[in-house]
Amino acid sequence: MKTTKLKKQVVLKGGMILDPMKETLKKGDVLIENGKMKSIGKVTPTKSADVIDCSGLIVTHGFCDIHVHFREPGREDKETLDSGSLAALAGGFTRVCVMPNTNPPLDSPESIRYTVDRGEECPIHIHPIGAITKSQNGKELTEMGAMLSEGAVAFSDDGLPVTDTGMMRNALEYATMFDVPIINHAEDLCLKKDGVMHEGKISTQLGLPASPDITESNMVHRDLELTQLTGACLHVPHVSSAKSTDHIRQMKKSNNKITAEVTPHHLFFTDEDLITYNTDLKVAPPIRTQADQKALIKGAKDGTFDCIATDHAPHTIEEKEGTFDLAPFGMIGLESCFGAVNRVLVKENKFDIIRLIQMLSVNPRKIMGFETDLFTNGNPAELTIFDPNKKWTFKKSDIYSRSHNSPFIGEALIGRVRATIVKGHITALV
Amino acid sequence: MLQQKHLLGLEGYPAEDIQTIIDTAFTFREVLDRPIKKVPSLQGKTIVNLFFENSTRTRISFELAQKRLSADTVNFSASTSSLKKGETFKDTAQNIEAMKIDAVVMRHPTPGAPLHLTQHINSIVINAGDGTHEHPTQAILDMTSLHEKFGYLKGLKVGIIGDISHSRVALSNIHGLKTMGAEVTLCGPSTLIPPFAEDLGVSVNYNVDEVIEWADALNVLRIQRERMGGGLLPSVREYRNLFGISTERLSNHKKEIVIMHPGPINRGVEIDSSVADSDQAIILDQVLNGVASRMAILYLLLGGKQEEGNS
Ligand SMILES: [Zn+2]
Repeated sequence: MKTTKLKKQVVLKGGMILDPMKETLKKGDVLIENGKMKSIGKVTPTKSADVIDCSGLIVTHGFCDIHVHFREPGREDKETLDSGSLAALAGGFTRVCVMPNTNPPLDSPESIRYTVDRGEECPIHIHPIGAITKSQNGKELTEMGAMLSEGAVAFSDDGLPVTDTGMMRNALEYATMFDVPIINHAEDLCLKKDGVMHEGKISTQLGLPASPDITESNMVHRDLELTQLTGACLHVPHVSSAKSTDHIRQMKKSNNKITAEVTPHHLFFTDEDLITYNTDLKVAPPIRTQADQKALIKGAKDGTFDCIATDHAPHTIEEKEGTFDLAPFGMIGLESCFGAVNRVLVKENKFDIIRLIQMLSVNPRKIMGFETDLFTNGNPAELTIFDPNKKWTFKKSDIYSRSHNSPFIGEALIGRVRATIVKGHITALV
Repeated sequence: MLQQKHLLGLEGYPAEDIQTIIDTAFTFREVLDRPIKKVPSLQGKTIVNLFFENSTRTRISFELAQKRLSADTVNFSASTSSLKKGETFKDTAQNIEAMKIDAVVMRHPTPGAPLHLTQHINSIVINAGDGTHEHPTQAILDMTSLHEKFGYLKGLKVGIIGDISHSRVALSNIHGLKTMGAEVTLCGPSTLIPPFAEDLGVSVNYNVDEVIEWADALNVLRIQRERMGGGLLPSVREYRNLFGISTERLSNHKKEIVIMHPGPINRGVEIDSSVADSDQAIILDQVLNGVASRMAILYLLLGGKQEEGNS
């Protein structure tokens, strides 16, 4: 991977331009001047312009992932904002939202400011999500107003659910003043207990403590009802079950303040893949059955899910090399995301590539209130260039994260990011 | 001689190999009846008994089997808390491997730990119980005992009674017995039977009297007192009333069925003393068959190849 400063004039020549706003895919060139969008269509480059051959490739909006864990501050051995940025660039992501479950957590205006300032030094755009409650203890609301002024874009205690229903109501109620999304990691901990995977035939065979799908859907349903009650914005993260998908689909019919995301790993794997006790597949909420996987794909197709988010969660080798019970929950996902979701949705389930790109670019930006019309002339260039048909096997050497806990290692993926343009630089994957 | 290098569990384990182990166990039973109960089969082989959890009975049974086969044995009692403190499971495994050994017999509280061990070392791994997953040597000795008693396993009706959810013995018995063509019914409090048990190809019946009426043999599992009085079971008395194998309960049935128990027994809870000590119980045969079965497993995995290559 190589990052270079954009020349004064750059022409992306001969690719297919995918505009997720206008929902078009047609041949054309892109002219970038001084790092800004200049024109799209037929471009005749000047002599001094840097011409990049994009034939066979698709040029589109830079991907945006609204759910990543970059572990800074506190666990810089797992990931930093810098190393996470590299992982993002490798996956075609120009913009991410980092979850606040760092150490200490992002639960104050000062910590939000710190992350924003640190993010400015990074090669991608980084937006902090603030904690809903102080120390993520589920008891006291954070200073949401001040945190928003410092640059927070949403609130979540992710990693932990807001268990207390009254507290969740207060959080949603309070957030209505600012109209920002509340994101709740939905798992009923009383039902989950020491569960480390989905409860089903496979968990029975493996002898592992497990939790059923309603561990999630029960709380998702609660959150949806509370949203209805309060009029707040609710974003449901990493939906893993058919039941939750149904609840969300149902409630979205009458409430346009609800959005939801699905992860590449829940779309790609089923609990049968855990048969070898692969700790890289230990994640919360867990990978569920084939029926759930099908329901998630259907949910992506019918718009129940607005976006794809990776829930990129780095952990050290030492932690993941332990036994299944001790290994932490979570997996990295930025680098493998596009090849995985493109394979499952577009190649295997006849999903429209434009729709997929919307789920990776426009839709997540909308949820967070970011600029969505990236092709408007004069806007800073924030683009992703990918090969939609490239078949490849994901390897350890494709990882730029500081951690290597990916269950995608060894998996056959289809579609590969070739270059990412953001903040006046182009990063090419060699 | 056996198709798999390790013995990690009986799920998917070939029927012919289970039969080979049982047959070999019977020949070792004869050795155990001799005045000098020792054969040189595994002379020069080194086996480590790696126990991350206390289990005096299983460890002694393995140790005895190893000594009767003339293997060198080392006992290594580790605690998982030391793993939590820093040394990784991988470090422990590689340290042991570096000592040039031939096999590891491992007891570990975590499901999947033996499979995990095979990924880090080259020695043969024998699972002596991994948490709530499997305990294959226990199931093999149970099947050896049933085979000894009945002369066959195919079509045999076996009831497994007790806490199925937390039992590695149950899971290994289910896989082994199903593979050998026996029928299995699980019986116990509904809170202690896994919700997806029937997917394993067994029946579930909460009425112990019906199971006694149906079965040729019962494998009565130990009920741990820690489970009592919590969210899963109200009391010892309630368990005993509903599932306890008592003389009165058995006397209501005409057919005399065989009673097994993997030990250690909670007399008066899951089984009455009068039943455990009766002629229909084969609990002590199981103990002896435990040594013979483990001799067979060790012999077939570690030494059988060179000596009996053509048989
Ligand atoms: Zn989460």
